[in-house]
Amino acid sequence: MDLKIALGTANAEERNAVDSLLGQPSETSQGAQRDELGLRVSRGGGELRQLRHMLLPTLHSVNDRVGFISRGAINYISQRLDIAPAEIYGVATFYALFDTNERPARQVHVCIDLACRAASGCTEETLPEGAIPSPCLGTCERAPSVLVIETGVTVRQEVLAPATTKQIAELVAGKSAPTEQPIAQAAPQTPDQSLVLLSRIGIVDPLSVDDYVSNNGYSALRKAFAIGAENVVAEVTASGLVGRGGAAFPTGRKWAAVASQPVKTRYLICNADESEPGTFKDRVLLEGDPFAMIESMTIAAFATGCQHGYIYLRGEYPRALRNLTNAVEVARERKYLGDNILGSGFNFDVTIFRGAGAYICGEETAIFNSIEGYRGEPRNKPPFPVEVGLFGKPTVVNNVETLFNVLPIINNSGEKYASWGSTGSKGKKLFCISGAVNKPGVYEVTFGATLRELINLAGGLKSGSQLQAVLLGGAAGGFVGPEDLDLELTLEAARAAGTTLGSGVVMVLDQSVNMIDQLQRIAAFFRDESCGQCVPCRVGTVRQQEALARLVNSNGSDSAAIDLQLLRDLGQVMRDASICGLGQTAHNAIDSALTRLKVFSV
Amino acid sequence: MSTQVTTGLQVRKSIELTIDGKKITAPEGSTLLDACRAAGKEIPTLCYGDTITPKNACRVCMVELEGSRTLVPSCSRKVEAGMVVKTDSERTTHSRKLVLELLGSSVDLSLTKNVAKWNQSYDAKPSRFGAPSFHHDNRDDAVTGHHHPPDGQTAETVHQPVKIDNALYVRDYSKCILCYQCVDACGEQWQNTFAITTAGRGFDARISTEFAVDLTDSACVYCGNCIQVCPTGALMFTSEYDMRQAGTWREDEQTQTDTICPYCGVGCALTLHVQDNTIVKVTSPNDHSVTHGNLCIKGRFGFQHVQNTNTD
Repeated sequence: MDLKIALGTANAEERNAVDSLLGQPSETSQGAQRDELGLRVSRGGGELRQLRHMLLPTLHSVNDRVGFISRGAINYISQRLDIAPAEIYGVATFYALFDTNERPARQVHVCIDLACRAASGCTEETLPEGAIPSPCLGTCERAPSVLVIETGVTVRQEVLAPATTKQIAELVAGKSAPTEQPIAQAAPQTPDQSLVLLSRIGIVDPLSVDDYVSNNGYSALRKAFAIGAENVVAEVTASGLVGRGGAAFPTGRKWAAVASQPVKTRYLICNADESEPGTFKDRVLLEGDPFAMIESMTIAAFATGCQHGYIYLRGEYPRALRNLTNAVEVARERKYLGDNILGSGFNFDVTIFRGAGAYICGEETAIFNSIEGYRGEPRNKPPFPVEVGLFGKPTVVNNVETLFNVLPIINNSGEKYASWGSTGSKGKKLFCISGAVNKPGVYEVTFGATLRELINLAGGLKSGSQLQAVLLGGAAGGFVGPEDLDLELTLEAARAAGTTLGSGVVMVLDQSVNMIDQLQRIAAFFRDESCGQCVPCRVGTVRQQEALARLVNSNGSDSAAIDLQLLRDLGQVMRDASICGLGQTAHNAIDSALTRLKVFSV
Repeated sequence: MSTQVTTGLQVRKSIELTIDGKKITAPEGSTLLDACRAAGKEIPTLCYGDTITPKNACRVCMVELEGSRTLVPSCSRKVEAGMVVKTDSERTTHSRKLVLELLGSSVDLSLTKNVAKWNQSYDAKPSRFGAPSFHHDNRDDAVTGHHHPPDGQTAETVHQPVKIDNALYVRDYSKCILCYQCVDACGEQWQNTFAITTAGRGFDARISTEFAVDLTDSACVYCGNCIQVCPTGALMFTSEYDMRQAGTWREDEQTQTDTICPYCGVGCALTLHVQDNTIVKVTSPNDHSVTHGNLCIKGRFGFQHVQNTNTD
């Protein structure tokens, strides 16, 4: 491509950051220090354009090294990947963890989202100067939470949670965070080998494959190879497993659809972009049992005929990244990934792909665009991912927890798995309990437990706490009140009660929490995280936030009725006409607060 | 265009579907919008352009499809046998009304065709979201994932100063509905120049060059194909902009004359827009088989010699 490169040259650090990923430029390629002859020849444009999926990793590499993406860096990446600077700018400015303006090497991201502000009152206004307000960081069980990123030759990422105001100020001033709590602390039921999904958490060393193997690891994969791909799909179908990311689509049906595609190049994506406020179950699984992630992905790939898998991991999970990276490397070394896995003749490998601060990239088609090096905007459906997905090929997209469920299904049987749970909700489910309970964390239950039982499992309400509301399913879910404590936490009971389990968030809010503040934060969250592609969501989320702000000021005057009607109108257009699930659910929690909890009742 | 029934020697299959209770047939591969319009239904469109792959971003053309949880964009959804479609249900009306209101309250639609008429037919009242706010930081400096909280009174808009950085055309992004057509025309769908992109996210999403540099520093080749596809007047010939500013732009008095571009042998069709015996802008017919509406800088902007009265 005829690139127009102007204004700005990459410095040595930026070039190194890019070259460390892409290798040195060849003599005739753009971006190389070319002599007179070299300038007359330019080769490899077509090959370079095949590398577009390296764009986000390259931007990460530069951001990790120098802390921001400069003009010079964009120009150099442009030459190395043959992508116009404007396009790279469009991608870089899509992600909240990147900045195209110069900034300090040390960034302190402080969570101001639902659980953290409920726990500490931490808001945009109360942050010390220099701290960056952040959406949910996925450590809600020990809110409030801080993520420190210090860029340099080796980027350092630390999580501190819970963090006091004093500690946050110290982090901003440059102090190191103390060592993070043990992983298993986030799952209070552990260690307990009788658990199904959390059986290895707190028991195995997450960095040791030998430990994993001696704790029932790779038994499911061996069995899968023994029974064959078709039977694996049949077992998963028989199990009644449905997606655990929030949409509850039958996993077996998804797998069968991909397995039956005429196109043989297929991809598997593990959706680990866990960004729904209040959700942290996937983080615990990935940190504490990363080899199980690799094994379950290998089974899914074997069953559906995928040759390559991606783990799309949200950018704010440093420990999960470390443990997963180790797991992939060790698994490759020990031939659990690569060619002829366990002598089966099946070839499969996995790439870890880091997100960069965009909730929308958890949407299954936005993931494709993000991996392919485009802005993470959702695609139009149909065509559906099972037919036309990543790189235009049939693609399976499964949530982390969904994939983890495959191991007990294969180890036992689909039938056995289906014997757990209720008529409409089969198997085991992880719930992320945060807020005013004594032992917040990830809990594994058989479908059918009531909300009350779950709260009791988490040690009950804190002393002095009275239940005000529970947020089920995260910002895209809905609030229920104290009268709903006997709600069975099954998909069908939640649906019948007009609410949702979503990604398994159970955020317990007591009387100390300002519900209006929570609603305003939810509205702000959706406004910030909308990709901006379609009008109902791009403008609707802003108008929703504005109507809420007016309601807060209205004190029950006549205008309140008008604004409540506006909110309902906005909710309907977002639900009916948005391109993807983000816009379609952006009004749910607010709607539930208005109708169920009667916040702003006039 | 997709309404064409034959492609070469291949005859396209007819698909049967029901629109507003009436059975109709449409050629395979056509869109619901084609089918609805062929059936005489009036469906508003804003981001849709006949030379660009539909982005279905504005969501004003939504119709109700039986079996679908949400409404579907008629501009991009292909017809399928047995579809049962409603173009005029309570949900479609509500959706169109709200989209018109959301855009009308945030964007200057004064030059967008048919908006006044549609506002009336859908009872859209953009002003019910509050008085528009015109006080902004530079939208090009927006920080992704962050925003200023609302003041509880005004409705935020995309208002910003007009960008005038070259002699040929201006960019008034206060009028931009983010239809993506200019980006697609500049990029892979027509020009392959990639001078502009969508930058930022959410309400801060905007059309921009890299680092919002002036067009003169960007990869822009001034083909003007972005102006050709812009449905809202956000992109405009400088000649038109200046005349509008001076109050001398009178579209109803203009004549349009089709001719062939004199510069090279390709044979692009030009439409000369003439007012007071002076060429005021140049377009190309979207349905012309050579140009599909596209030109180069010479055809689009190189018309001054025609009216150069200096005979020295």
